Parts: sequence; C-alpha cells; structure tokens
Amino acid sequence: MPRTRAVPNTDDEAELVSRARDGDGEAFAELVRRYERRVYRLVRNITQNPQDAEDALQDTFLKAFSRLDSFEGNSKFYTWLVRIAVNEALMKLRKRKSDRTVSLDDGIDTGEDVVVREIAVWDGDPEQKYSQQELRAILDEAIASLRPAFRTVFVLRDIEQLSTEETAAVLGLSVPAVKSRLLRARLQLREKLTRIFKRKGEDIFAYL
Amino acid sequence: MNEYLDETEDAELRREVEEHIRDCPNCWVVFDTTKRTLRIFRNFQIEDFPEELHERLMRRLEQRLRQRRRRSQPDASVPPA
Repeated sequence: MPRTRAVPNTDDEAELVSRARDGDGEAFAELVRRYERRVYRLVRNITQNPQDAEDALQDTFLKAFSRLDSFEGNSKFYTWLVRIAVNEALMKLRKRKSDRTVSLDDGIDTGEDVVVREIAVWDGDPEQKYSQQELRAILDEAIASLRPAFRTVFVLRDIEQLSTEETAAVLGLSVPAVKSRLLRARLQLREKLTRIFKRKGEDIFAYL
Repeated sequence: MNEYLDETEDAELRREVEEHIRDCPNCWVVFDTTKRTLRIFRNFQIEDFPEELHERLMRRLEQRLRQRRRRSQPDASVPPA
C-alpha cells in the first residue's frame, strides 16, 4: 500500500538538509519552522533570560546554516541542532556572568547538593492552587538556581525528553555522569519546590 | 532512583523500590514529591513563541543568505556590459 505523504515528517528531512546545504533558503526555512519552538524553549530554559534566549536562538540557526556541511547525517538533525543550541546558550550565560565560570564541568563535588533536607508532603495540587504566572515564576526561579552543569542535563532529559544516551552524546559526557547530574538536579528542584508547596504547621505524616 | 522515576522496565527494581517505600514514609515522601516535581515541570513549559521572534529570526537568516550569495557570485551585482 502506498504511503501517504501529506504531512511533512522526518522522512523528507534528509532531503531538506541536502537542499539547504546546496544553498536552498526555502528548504532551510522549513527546517527552521520545524524546530524553532523547541530550540527556543531549550535556550530559554538554559539562559533564563528572554533576550539571551532570542540571541541564542538566532545564533543557533545561523551557525547551523553555515555548518551544514559538517552535518554527517548519522545523527538526527534535531540532536545536531541541540548541540549547537546548548553551546550558544552556555556562551550567553558566560557573557552575562563574567565573574563566575559557567561550564559543563562539575566543579568540586562536595556531595552537599544531594542531601535531602526537606521531607514534607505537598499541600494539595500546586497546579490548582497557583495561577499560571505564579507557577511559571516559581519554576523559573527553581531552575535558575541550579548550576548550569545540572540545569543543562535536566532541561535536555526531563523537559526536552532526550534519552540518557542522546544527552550524553550532545554534552560530551558519559552516561553515568548524565545520570548522576540528573538525579542531583531532580533532587535539588524537589527540595526548592517542597519549600514552597509543603503542607505547613502540622504533622506531615498525619494523613498516613 | 532515576530509573524508577523514568518508569524503568526492570520489574525486579520496581518491586524492590515499591516494597521499600511502602514501609518507609520518608522515602515515600521523597519519591512522591520528586515525581510531582517532574510532572509539574513537564506540564508547565514555555510554549509561547511570539510571531515577532520568528520574523526577526527569518530576517537575520535572509541577510546571511544574501551575503553568502554575494560572496559566491562576486559579479552578480555588476550588470553585464
């Protein structure tokens, strides 16, 4: 049975990339339309700043366009794009925080950030209790408090839903390193959110 | 813990974790609030992508494309004699 081709899908992606590589602007524009939202969300989450995010978005696609020759086609176009986007986003962070080193390097491991301090159940459902804007602000603040090395892993794995292996490949890390950073990021975010959402002033296990 | 949160297929591991958290309120709370943390981040993502953002991006790309064409065809702007 012949396959319908009405909806653009990844099947034609190789062709789009190859046309774009030959200088076809329309083909590249189609690739932009496919991925601009995801790239924007990614760089917005890493930079935590709308202006930096827009700059990183533009620079990502400009670099991708000029480096299409180096895209070998053995990885997905999207993961190739993500690698460029992560670098651009980290570069913007470095520029803004010139007093602090922003790197994917773990730094000195004090083990301090894996400690679970706040053990308390949440008070009802935060998604019902807070407005969208309030919740957005809380989540932004929590994610901004993570070190870039952890933040980046969290964003790729838990927000962009890349696999552990893809995340490792994109960041040039080992799979165990990705897993350990992911766990620490998750626990730190849990800690931050629990401080805000916890049930207050009563025995936390009263419901059990 | 990651594997459990990622809904691992490893039935053995799932059973072990589930057995433990049934008897350990502290762990139960940590698992529960971590799961809710991940869910809330997934549910509340930045989905807005203003049209102006797309337009400014396309303008920069068009500029670059024009520059590239000028470079690869240096005489294109010179009318033929």
